[in-house]
Amino acid sequence: MNKSLAVPEYNDEIVKKFTVASVFWAIIGFCAGLYIALQMAFPGLNFEPYFTFGRLRPLHTSAVIFAFGGNVLFATSYFVVQRTCRTRIWGSRLANFTFWGYQVFIVMAALGYVFGVTQGKEYAEPEWYADLWLTIVWVVYLIVYLMTLTKREEPHIYVANWFFLAFIVTVAVLHLVNGISVPVSLTSFKSYPLWGGVQNAMIQWWYGHNAVGFFLTAGFLGIMYYFVPKRANRPVYSYRLSILHFWSLIFIYIWAGPHHLHYTALPDWAQTLGMTFSIILWMPSWGGMINGLMTLSGAWHKLREDPVLKFMIVSLAFYGMSTFEGPVMAIKEVNALSHYTDWTIGHVHSGALGWVAFISFGAIYHLVPKLWKRKELYSLKLVNAHLWIATIGIVFYISAMWIAGVMQGLMWRSYDSLGYLEYSFVETVMAMHPYYIIRALGGVLFLIGALIMVYNLWKTVATNDDKAQFVS
Amino acid sequence: MLNKHSKIEKNSILMLVCVVIAISVGGLIEIVPLFRVETTIEPIKGIRPYTPLELAGQDIYIREGCYGCHSQQIRPLRDEVERYGHYSLAAESMYDHPFQWGSKRTGPDLARVGGKYSDDWHVGHMINPQEFVPESIMPSYSAMESRDANLVDIGAHLATLKLVGVPYTDSMIENAYDDAMTQAQEGNSESESALFERYGKNINIRNFDGKKGVVSELDAIIAYLQVLGTMANLKDYDPDILIKETSPE
Repeated sequence: MNKSLAVPEYNDEIVKKFTVASVFWAIIGFCAGLYIALQMAFPGLNFEPYFTFGRLRPLHTSAVIFAFGGNVLFATSYFVVQRTCRTRIWGSRLANFTFWGYQVFIVMAALGYVFGVTQGKEYAEPEWYADLWLTIVWVVYLIVYLMTLTKREEPHIYVANWFFLAFIVTVAVLHLVNGISVPVSLTSFKSYPLWGGVQNAMIQWWYGHNAVGFFLTAGFLGIMYYFVPKRANRPVYSYRLSILHFWSLIFIYIWAGPHHLHYTALPDWAQTLGMTFSIILWMPSWGGMINGLMTLSGAWHKLREDPVLKFMIVSLAFYGMSTFEGPVMAIKEVNALSHYTDWTIGHVHSGALGWVAFISFGAIYHLVPKLWKRKELYSLKLVNAHLWIATIGIVFYISAMWIAGVMQGLMWRSYDSLGYLEYSFVETVMAMHPYYIIRALGGVLFLIGALIMVYNLWKTVATNDDKAQFVS
Repeated sequence: MLNKHSKIEKNSILMLVCVVIAISVGGLIEIVPLFRVETTIEPIKGIRPYTPLELAGQDIYIREGCYGCHSQQIRPLRDEVERYGHYSLAAESMYDHPFQWGSKRTGPDLARVGGKYSDDWHVGHMINPQEFVPESIMPSYSAMESRDANLVDIGAHLATLKLVGVPYTDSMIENAYDDAMTQAQEGNSESESALFERYGKNINIRNFDGKKGVVSELDAIIAYLQVLGTMANLKDYDPDILIKETSPE
């Protein structure tokens, strides 16, 4: 038999580890999010010095983005690159190092926040020693991934891998440039970033927006490009569209950062560039959505019986919605109202909960039976319950934040008939209270959904199904 | 054209190189020109590096994640200028490593909070925000009252900032600890004039937390808050200054 056609022995142990870690960190991250949401509604829940909103907020963002999201990306990219290249992962021991190294990074960063060790840059809070450690882990990740690609048995590199590759290498570049800092001494936790003031602001949001663009978008599009066609048992809708939207997405995303700095002391030309490219970005973003949704052409009936596929399709709908909302908010006049308000928080969460978390849940539900060699999930009904409870939770969350944000923005700029500002700042804070409660309720629902998932996955793994025949 | 794509698709290193080129263009074009400082930061009088005590205060501000709820960036919009004061200028944050512009106003903007409230108000508000603003959702920071400000190695902090471009002089670094003590305990005219000599006249020298003896974290954070937005000499600020200075006559 032709050797190259035999199914190689894939390294699924490493994928298993990352999958377990991603579910674990998901729960931690969602709990942290719920807790700080409650702190905003009930400030008595702040316990200084360690458990104040200011210290727990980076804990939440890092736990969901880097711990949950990051582990999902590791798991899926290692799974996908082996299948689509028809080869075992290169350097299994190094891959194993990326697992433990990455978990150590997460714990280092999280402990730092609680003890007040932070660089104070959003989504890049870990201090210099954690940053250095992450650099090592990430470079090893890139090497393992790239070496696996180069020893592939397939002539073409499958499209999911383009996105994973772009994600890995761009995150490395962003992390290196934004993270440069000088420690006060080699025994000090504290460092000062090389960049200051307006340049620091630009570089930080070049980093920050592309953490969204490459970590939370390109990486998860990689997931989409493997798991949606696989689950629907259909080829990707359009190969040409893949090429077009991949290159345009990565080229254009990089420019969008300055929309976080509208009307600030950043020079106007940079703001205008940021706004322009943010609006253009709508097109390649929807290219991805269309390519994903249309993959179901002729297979739409599968949505009726497969709640896992439903998760993926709902995630694409949320992706389409938030990548339309984003360009709108990047228009300076809209941004004048939305910036600094909870509208931004709502926007982020429609992307993070609706798109990133849902496509991850879909991938995890698909992966676990395969990895643990079970025939199917323990219960598809529970998957359905998870989907609906979580979706209602997201709707609560984002509609509360839309109302709260727009209202706050309007109150800030409201004048009375004599030409004075109508509201003091604290009146706008009071007006937020009911919406903060509704938002927390949305968080409760989302967390309940995730706990249902944990139970379902646990039962799937624990149920020893001897008859199950695993086919890769 | 799309046929040629198979070349990239069959070569992982070529793909890597193409990706790096694609993602470099935008960043380079938006970031590099900002380092032509004369077109980015308007020359305005009064901006100085933070004193050691103020810097210790900013370190606390960062440690506690204050930037998560408070911006320091007033936009040139009518209501913001009326609520918070003159819109923020690039020069005002040029010595902030990292910048503290923020992205969310759960609480009000602090870019010009300096001098708006008394030290006593800040002390009470930090210890129990709800006592002064009952509807506030800010956490209490009462522990700062009894904790010593971290001044032991404050000189090393200044020296590090000098490395990244903040113009601290050797004498500022050498006398950092003494300068911090001087600023928080008024009364010693000799060391006060040395402090003025190093940093200029525009310095608040007070016992910020109202307690004699130790210099607490509360002293440091209030010293920092009280200087915010007060350095720039906005009276002679000309909004068109960058255009005039950089365009040929």
